[in-house]
Amino acid sequence: MVKRIENGPEVLFIDRHLVHEVTSPVAFLGLKKRGIKVLHPERTFATADHNTPTRNQHLPVQDPLSANQLRALEQNAQEHGIPYWGLGHEKNGIVHVIGPENGITVPGATIVCGDSHTSTHGAFGAIAFGIGTSEVEMVLATQCILQPKPRKMRINVNGRLNRGVTPKDVALFIISRLTTSGATGYFVEYAGDVFQDMSMEGRMTVCNLSIEMGARGGMMAPDEKTFNYIKGREFTPKGADWDAAMEYWKTLKSDEDARFDKELTFHGEEIEPMITYGTNPGMGIGISKGIPLASMVEGGASSYRKSLEYMDFHEGDNMLGKKIDFVFLGSCTNGRIEDFRAFAEIVKGRKKADDVTVWLVPGSHKVEMAIKEEGILDILHEAGFELREPGCSACLAMNEDKIPAGKYAVSTSNRNFEGRQGPGARTLLASPLVAAAAAVTGRVTDTRELLALEPV
Amino acid sequence: MAYDKFNILTSTAVPLPIENVDTDQIIPARFLKATERKGFGENLFRDWRYHPDQTPKEHFVLNNPIYSGEILVGGKNFGSGSSREHAAWAIYDYGFRCVISSFFADIFRNNCLNVGVLPVQVSPGFLEKIFEAIEADPKARFEVNLPEQTVTILSTSDKESFEINSYKKDNMINGFDDIDFLLNLKDDIKAFEKEAPL
Repeated sequence: MVKRIENGPEVLFIDRHLVHEVTSPVAFLGLKKRGIKVLHPERTFATADHNTPTRNQHLPVQDPLSANQLRALEQNAQEHGIPYWGLGHEKNGIVHVIGPENGITVPGATIVCGDSHTSTHGAFGAIAFGIGTSEVEMVLATQCILQPKPRKMRINVNGRLNRGVTPKDVALFIISRLTTSGATGYFVEYAGDVFQDMSMEGRMTVCNLSIEMGARGGMMAPDEKTFNYIKGREFTPKGADWDAAMEYWKTLKSDEDARFDKELTFHGEEIEPMITYGTNPGMGIGISKGIPLASMVEGGASSYRKSLEYMDFHEGDNMLGKKIDFVFLGSCTNGRIEDFRAFAEIVKGRKKADDVTVWLVPGSHKVEMAIKEEGILDILHEAGFELREPGCSACLAMNEDKIPAGKYAVSTSNRNFEGRQGPGARTLLASPLVAAAAAVTGRVTDTRELLALEPV
Repeated sequence: MAYDKFNILTSTAVPLPIENVDTDQIIPARFLKATERKGFGENLFRDWRYHPDQTPKEHFVLNNPIYSGEILVGGKNFGSGSSREHAAWAIYDYGFRCVISSFFADIFRNNCLNVGVLPVQVSPGFLEKIFEAIEADPKARFEVNLPEQTVTILSTSDKESFEINSYKKDNMINGFDDIDFLLNLKDDIKAFEKEAPL
């Protein structure tokens, strides 16, 4: 913190700033109008992801508006001396996947990006949150941002997870309990056995979804797993600098007697594979459950009914067995190698359902490489699937990857808002395992049944 | 980016009594491809406002000529979801200067304050009264008084105060922006950098 303004926000110094094509052009334009340069290009990293095609990336981008926005980012990066990992670059990918992959994300760092899922980086014990374009301009110009001090919440999940229950399910479970605004105004720390046992990929999925309950950010204390993940990556400190950094990083945990404004505790055993049935991420249930009655839910019944009407679902409906049309595996939530391993575990030895369209989109070129190297691509091909090129893709459907109106998509992404995946599209959020089960059965299916069976 | 100063706003209001209005509804992602800040008002609530064939949806409030004004009144948890500042730009560009709700999403609230839209949080009961006043008379007027931090339903004289930190309040009243403020702190920032780990 640089300075505290009396009865106002704090001036926070930003260690790492991630930039993408959609929320940055107006900020760069602002610098131009003021006649100033980016203060710290070496703390700034740019990638193209939101607006990029996931096929034929070697060819010119077809949509003239998208092409224009990508060109603007490239020119801005060049003009200000910012590292730029555009289409086709080996480090290209979704901003929240490539940050950790390249060691930009480290414990204790303040990290911002003009994207709400910046909370992802909290998995490493970083203070990371999404910002608007005016704030992007502030950081480019001064490497600082004005922030009100958030309240603190701790969410504990103790015990163990049952088979078929993934980090995505843990997050959707928590959001369903807190609602989509239950953590607004808070920074959340996740603690307990379940998060300690989780891989770094899983921790990223959980922290990523913090914003979906309104939290500004989510974080977990760094541990040996964190240090092992980042060690040796391109932008992490090396040699004596690494040792010095480790000294500091090891101190980054909440005190034993730390006090939180709010504290919640759940048990891993009570969580089952989750799926959403409505138009916000808080509208999720255990996959074996029925859709709650309007009279049972918190909040306005008319907004609730409007949501079910959009989905063409009814109170009391079972989710299991519902026919689906599309499956999307990918996004900054579930586009990492572990997610593709999970998907492959289910589809191995099975076949894609004939009437389902499946889009498998790796989070980065590095994820894509690992999919190939680990033999996962062969399993996917064998089962009738193809792999696309990296990007945000159908998560927000800014590119051509749009779910058609009225169609149902089981998606591993983060938002089931009306029209999020394309005008009129209906999204069911779920884990990569549930997505895989839907891809081979064409229906909402309890993954645990498939895991229990030998593939046919 | 400069915006018009905000002091006392007296206006009719447009009601949107829906909870959890997310930024994908306020401005769908496919309209975020511009490289300049202009024309976003046209696409405000695009998919609630227009059919796929681009004809207006008659029942949506922005297409109902009875309702108008510079105040938008929304249900609880207004502006959840994405950090896109384009949502606040679209609201401003359409002609709203103030959004009233019983609860706002964090990033959206910040974005509004940065672009000259005043987010006013009132109690759930007072929000209900505002909706009732508009229902009773779509031309009901409201006063949003930033210096005094109050909202008044002029038809009933019901009044409630709202919170805003004094730094942001001064900015809104004077039309200042944060970047000018931060640029003036250059020496503090330089001094801090020398001490910063990493």
